[in-house]
Amino acid sequence: MKDAILRLDGVHTHIGQYHILHGIDLVVPRGQLTMLLGRNGAGKTTTLRTIMGLWQASKGHVHFDGRDITKLSTPDIAQAGIAYVPENMGIFADLTVRENMILAARNGEIDPKRLKWIFGLFPALEKFWSLAAGTLSGGQKQMLAIARAIVEPRELLLIDEPTKGLAPAIIMNMIQAFRELKSTGATILLVEQNFMAARLLGDSVAVMDDGRVVHRGAMAELAEDTTLQQKLLGLSMDAHQ
Amino acid sequence: MLPNNPIHSILSGDYPRSKALSVALVIVLVSLAFAPFLFPGSQPLNVAAKICVFVILVASYDLLLGYTGIVSFAHTMFYGIGGYGVAIAMYNFNAGWGALGLGVLAALVLAMLLALLIGLFSLRVRAIFFAMITLAVASAFAILASQLNEITGGEDGRSYRIPEMLRPAFRLFDEPVLGVMINGRILTYYLIFFAALILFLLALRVVNSPFGRVLQAIRENDFRAEALGYRVVVYRSIANCLSAGMATLAGVLMALWLRYTGPDTTLSFAIMIDILLMVVIGGMGTLYGAVLGATIFILAQNYLQVLMGQFSGMLEAAGIPLLPGLFHADRWLLWLGILFVLSVYFFPVGIVGKLRQMKS
Amino acid sequence: MTAVAATTETVSLPKVKTDWLPALLVPILAVAALPLVGSFSTWVTLTVAALAMGMMIFLMASGLTLVFGLMDVLNFGHGVFISFGAYVSLMVLGPLAGWVESPNIWLNIGVLLACIVVAMLVTGALGYAFERVVIRPVYGQHLKQILITMGGMIVAEQMIHVIWGASPIPLRLPEGLRGAIVVGEAAMEKYRVIAVVLGLLVFGLMHLLLNRTKIGLLIRAGVENAEMVEALGYRIRRLFVGVFIAGSALAGLGGVLWAFYRQTLTAGMGMEVNVLIFIVIIIGGLGSIGGCFVGALLVALVANYTGFLAPKLALGSSILLMVLILLWRPQGLYPVAKR
Repeated sequence: MKDAILRLDGVHTHIGQYHILHGIDLVVPRGQLTMLLGRNGAGKTTTLRTIMGLWQASKGHVHFDGRDITKLSTPDIAQAGIAYVPENMGIFADLTVRENMILAARNGEIDPKRLKWIFGLFPALEKFWSLAAGTLSGGQKQMLAIARAIVEPRELLLIDEPTKGLAPAIIMNMIQAFRELKSTGATILLVEQNFMAARLLGDSVAVMDDGRVVHRGAMAELAEDTTLQQKLLGLSMDAHQ
Repeated sequence: MLPNNPIHSILSGDYPRSKALSVALVIVLVSLAFAPFLFPGSQPLNVAAKICVFVILVASYDLLLGYTGIVSFAHTMFYGIGGYGVAIAMYNFNAGWGALGLGVLAALVLAMLLALLIGLFSLRVRAIFFAMITLAVASAFAILASQLNEITGGEDGRSYRIPEMLRPAFRLFDEPVLGVMINGRILTYYLIFFAALILFLLALRVVNSPFGRVLQAIRENDFRAEALGYRVVVYRSIANCLSAGMATLAGVLMALWLRYTGPDTTLSFAIMIDILLMVVIGGMGTLYGAVLGATIFILAQNYLQVLMGQFSGMLEAAGIPLLPGLFHADRWLLWLGILFVLSVYFFPVGIVGKLRQMKS
Repeated sequence: MTAVAATTETVSLPKVKTDWLPALLVPILAVAALPLVGSFSTWVTLTVAALAMGMMIFLMASGLTLVFGLMDVLNFGHGVFISFGAYVSLMVLGPLAGWVESPNIWLNIGVLLACIVVAMLVTGALGYAFERVVIRPVYGQHLKQILITMGGMIVAEQMIHVIWGASPIPLRLPEGLRGAIVVGEAAMEKYRVIAVVLGLLVFGLMHLLLNRTKIGLLIRAGVENAEMVEALGYRIRRLFVGVFIAGSALAGLGGVLWAFYRQTLTAGMGMEVNVLIFIVIIIGGLGSIGGCFVGALLVALVANYTGFLAPKLALGSSILLMVLILLWRPQGLYPVAKR
């Protein structure tokens, strides 16, 4: 078992008067792609936001790279080496694609070699380089959001539902890009509703329900075990063909 | 108390819920009810009438600020519309009840229509729009009122006669009652007092009705209220109209009392600030706060401001620099402003909230 | 495999749409007013006056709209900085009274610039204090924000009374800036021309800053989605404080220009302009600098033309303009894309 880069111990999160996370225990091993699955409203997005410091954990601890980041502010957490792609992608629509990317680079300059590699992953970005990001299509925006997260190598990527609302062909592109990204040794925590994508990409998996992690293991095991899927995710037999 | 108790239905089931508060409210009620007999003289009666009017004005504002959670700066505009409704009717027609009724009706219609328009226009975007737009509309209205000389009397305003029964020379009885001659002034006072009492109880009824509960749900969380199927814009607009109508009536009462209406007594921004202060001091979201806030504020304004001026004079006589300027009677607003900011920070529940906390 | 994305993504460049229509309204309005005004020379005078007024309003409003866009903070006390900026000029005009009356135009301009610099420094510092004391404790609470900033406004206005007295103070323009330049039959007041030039200069600088520097990028990004800017590792709070200070200083600058324009100082002047400023930033779209610029010009043009044609409707005309524009575009001329 590889060492864990991120570890959540008994994390509780309240949003206003609502208690959303009820003690999350989660481990993200270094160099792997960990899938975070679960029904709508299970608390996946809240988990990512809590890691990022966008919600404050009311109890429990988040350790990143051996350091307790529970109480750190969002910018400090980002500086520590976590990149975040929110569910709504967080694209700055008034800024150009280039400007969006530049903001993600810490010193304001993008390494040309890395940029070329990114353009290889997402050719559309090169084409629309100096256009306002708001004019991009949904799929292109998602590519930009991911490109922005990997503009410089980060220790950990948190990505929230990158395939949401995309056409099947574009989902395939996305899966290809993630495979490529994995091959560079990136560590990723990926929230996904699309079980097919999860099965193709995941190394390990955590399944959430009602603000708790109810299952942890290897993705391959879950992919094999249809009764377990049925129990954890309520998937019917034909939903993951 | 039992739900079918008469007090329960008069107060719409909304009790003061604090012994100290109940005592304070009873003292205010009794003092106002017997003001002409307890505190003879024109100045105290003036203060009492002003308190009655402002209780209504502040309560109607609280309907917006405290119960609906939106900030309006156009409240004095509606107050002014009420005042000018009376002024224009009384000035241009014979000073009879018919003309008065017409003026009041016209003012009410105009005010509620304006409130509806402003609400529909600005409340559907963002609540914060409402604050900005009401500020803009109210200042435009104030300028308009001071410029339309032929109609409003411009900066000078209008003095007018009111129905004969309400004039000072009118005598209801030939003999004094409890040592006080019941003249038109006292009749006017009682007209104001009872109108204010009824309006206040009506407001209490509104906020404790299902409608009022929806308003409070919207104030707590408008997204959730919308998700539950309540049209937030509609509810807020209705609240805005009700509040405007009540403010208009307060303006009518004041116009009857003063027999004069001008920009300074109705539309000035200083009055808007007074209202804000009274709501916050009394306690937002509790109509009883309007009673205490208005009473304390107006008493202070009439008696404390004089003391402040005397204090400033003393400082000046003692030759202390700068401080006389700070305590000059004209700097009343400075201290109110500071008091206001501090109360919003540290005392957001107001006097009523504090009294209720003490109990528990 | 890297080419996969290219094959399925249909190759069509999205059209770049720069929305010129709102900006075009300014010349359209100006031209449309010409036949109404009748005389060409009067029209030129009015238009120059309007442009000057528009620039000043823009300067005063720009900070407010950015502050709102960035942190969702609506400062009802913004007028404080305008009034203080104007009154602070007195501290400069006292010792430099000789420069004001001097026949040397450079000394005249020097004293104006000195007023501006001092006013901006003072209002910038005041802005820093205001943000700390008044605004910071009520972040994210709109209701309290409105009440508190309004309260701060009242207190500041009264402090002006205490410090500088309650009666209006006349303000003399420096000698060389008085009077008008006459071109043909049209008279343009010198000071108004200077105000236009200064306004354009600041707008240009601001435009460069916002579009060509990283800070500018961060501000624009922050207006759209502050949370994402934080998630990229930037401290939005610092950015916000910076913008607040700069916005206050700009309001101070606007205040100086406005005071010389009216040639009187009153403690209530900030509050009076505040109303116009609100109208402008609503028209422009809350948070949009370009919208604020166009909105300021539109309001000023409409106010000046109606001031000439039907003086009693001047302020009402701004409100009418706002209503019309909001009916056309409910979020303002240039709505800011929010998450």
